Amino acid sequence: MKAGSNLEKILEKGEFAVTSECGPPKSANGDVIRQKAKLLKGKIDASNITDNQTAIVRLSSMAAATILLQEGVEPVMQITARDRNRIGIQSDLLGASAIGIRNVLLLTGDHQKFGNHPYSKGVFDLDSIQMVQMVKQMRDDKKFQSGEEMDFPPKLFIGAAENPFADPFEFRVARLGKKIMAGADFIQTQGIYDLERFEKWMAGIREKGLHKKVHILGGVIPFKSAGAAKYIARKVPGMLVPESLIERMKKASDAKAEGIKIAVETIASLRKIEGVHGVHVMAIEWEEKVPEIVEKAGLLPRPAI
Amino acid sequence: MASEAVMVSATEAKGTAQFEPRIVAFCCNFCAYAAADLAGSMRLNYPPNARVIRLPCSGKVEILYLLRAIEDGADGVMVIGCLEGDCHFMNGNFRAKKRVAAAKKLLDKVGVESARLEMYNLSSAMAPKFADVIKEMTEKIRKLGPSPLRKGVAK
Amino acid sequence: MIVGERKPIEEILEMTKQYEKLYVAGCGSCVTVCLAGGEKEVGILSTALNIAAKKDGRELKIIEGTIERQCEKEWVREMKNQVKESDAVLSMACGIGVQVVAELYPEKPVFPALNTTLMGYPTQHAIWLENCRACGDCILHLTGGICPVSRCAKQLMNGPCGGSQNGKCEIDPEIECAWALIYDKLKATNRLDWMSEIQPPKRWDLAGSGGPRKTIKEEEVIA
Repeated sequence: MKAGSNLEKILEKGEFAVTSECGPPKSANGDVIRQKAKLLKGKIDASNITDNQTAIVRLSSMAAATILLQEGVEPVMQITARDRNRIGIQSDLLGASAIGIRNVLLLTGDHQKFGNHPYSKGVFDLDSIQMVQMVKQMRDDKKFQSGEEMDFPPKLFIGAAENPFADPFEFRVARLGKKIMAGADFIQTQGIYDLERFEKWMAGIREKGLHKKVHILGGVIPFKSAGAAKYIARKVPGMLVPESLIERMKKASDAKAEGIKIAVETIASLRKIEGVHGVHVMAIEWEEKVPEIVEKAGLLPRPAI
Repeated sequence: MASEAVMVSATEAKGTAQFEPRIVAFCCNFCAYAAADLAGSMRLNYPPNARVIRLPCSGKVEILYLLRAIEDGADGVMVIGCLEGDCHFMNGNFRAKKRVAAAKKLLDKVGVESARLEMYNLSSAMAPKFADVIKEMTEKIRKLGPSPLRKGVAK
Repeated sequence: MIVGERKPIEEILEMTKQYEKLYVAGCGSCVTVCLAGGEKEVGILSTALNIAAKKDGRELKIIEGTIERQCEKEWVREMKNQVKESDAVLSMACGIGVQVVAELYPEKPVFPALNTTLMGYPTQHAIWLENCRACGDCILHLTGGICPVSRCAKQLMNGPCGGSQNGKCEIDPEIECAWALIYDKLKATNRLDWMSEIQPPKRWDLAGSGGPRKTIKEEEVIA
């Protein structure tokens, strides 16, 4: 066991893992996280805590992850390269491990332009691949990024994100290879709507044998409304949404139910794809629907290991 | 630039009340100037308020000329070039269009009405149009009044 | 080259309207070429300031002058007489030139008429694209001649990020994704292997994070 987290145990055992995501509030109100934790407890194997997602200032992922821990939900602490340099990130990794956080996900991060503080200085001291490499070096080699040794290394299960829908498409498989080489233990993908394109990516992954070297969890984002579908299609960077899905949402008499239906269908398709070891349900600001989605997908109860 | 003395009209010299706009018209050789020439041959009537400056192309106009004309006391400035698409030098009149637009913005910012500067397009055969635009500009400037630079102290 | 653009005229008026004798100083190098602060632009700015002053009924005498380069002390020394005759200097040079003038003439206020915006080149007449950030550790030989430090919005070394779509950057569909360009170039010239290697974290100290930088050509320094 690299870190001994619940997520790690489930994946190592070969179970189809279920993770979801918690969006912290745009305030100092920790109770928002506590409510979300109560909804998710027992329905998922671990929950990501986003790190100032879309460059909008939110309660920090480390603090929110701590609250999740207190509520008995295993967190996956997200860290972006946008807001901190290598000194700050390593410091946070040590701190996270010290308080019992056992999963981290390293991302480059959305550009600050998208958020509510577009004039800020984007740090980007490191990129996501360098961060993965750094965590691995800290955990397994007991060395800081500078090469200096440490005596009590962090225990962290290392996650990274990949977007099968970004360009250049031919490079996305090689890019995953780089993250694996850097030391990623698990990968969560961006939300999948275009199953055909996702399968193409998975075929490329399998061809290189990469599916055996890392645990891939397919991302699923349920549409809340036709408007949300259109927003995701047009405004969120790196998302690919087939027009047919937007049409379905527009025509549905109960848009919310249709959104859940599409999500459940997507999970069913993902379970059939070789190399996909789990699903990552991102119901941001709709966390109350996660239990329903997981249940309808036939994934409850969650295995207790 | 033409000296102020030459620009003073007869009625002003006499000291009568009517304000006679002093206008500088930068005209391109191949269309605007030719049209002006033709207007002369056709004995068309138009106000004498515009002083024509011939350029090889309206694209030769620099923002500096337009501003200097205002600085030196012109009440109005015109740039007259070929019809769009027919510039003798391909896109000189597009350069002029952009420069006139930029100069208008600058004039507004320094407190001179941008309406005192305008660009017109016509062909060498359009003598009546030439007469019309001179008439139009003269009347517009007459209504606007003398350039704020000629008033002396503002406020 | 260094590229800049003239500050909004309102800002320049605010800076200078209290002065009656102004030296509007142009620079004959970069800012001339990027049509921002050369002799022509000195003329335009001076005329605009004169018009504003006349309209407001203010006294204003402008001295216009353009030297070869305001970043070289030898040439800036030639500005001596005009500086003496003026109450303030409005420099149309890039930030570098403004500072050299200010350093050599500490007794007079020196104002920047330009905002220095980038180091780049004209992709076509009158449009300049940033393509160098003076990072002090050039890797253009590895990236097929495309700079990720200046042209990638996140300055990645292992790009592209997940926001790259159709060869464009997530922050602006008009901006090309530098890593998409690098990928295409390396693919076309059979050097893609480099992109599958993990590039280590960059030394940002060389790129300016380490404080103001100095470059010395040792063998040419005399006393």
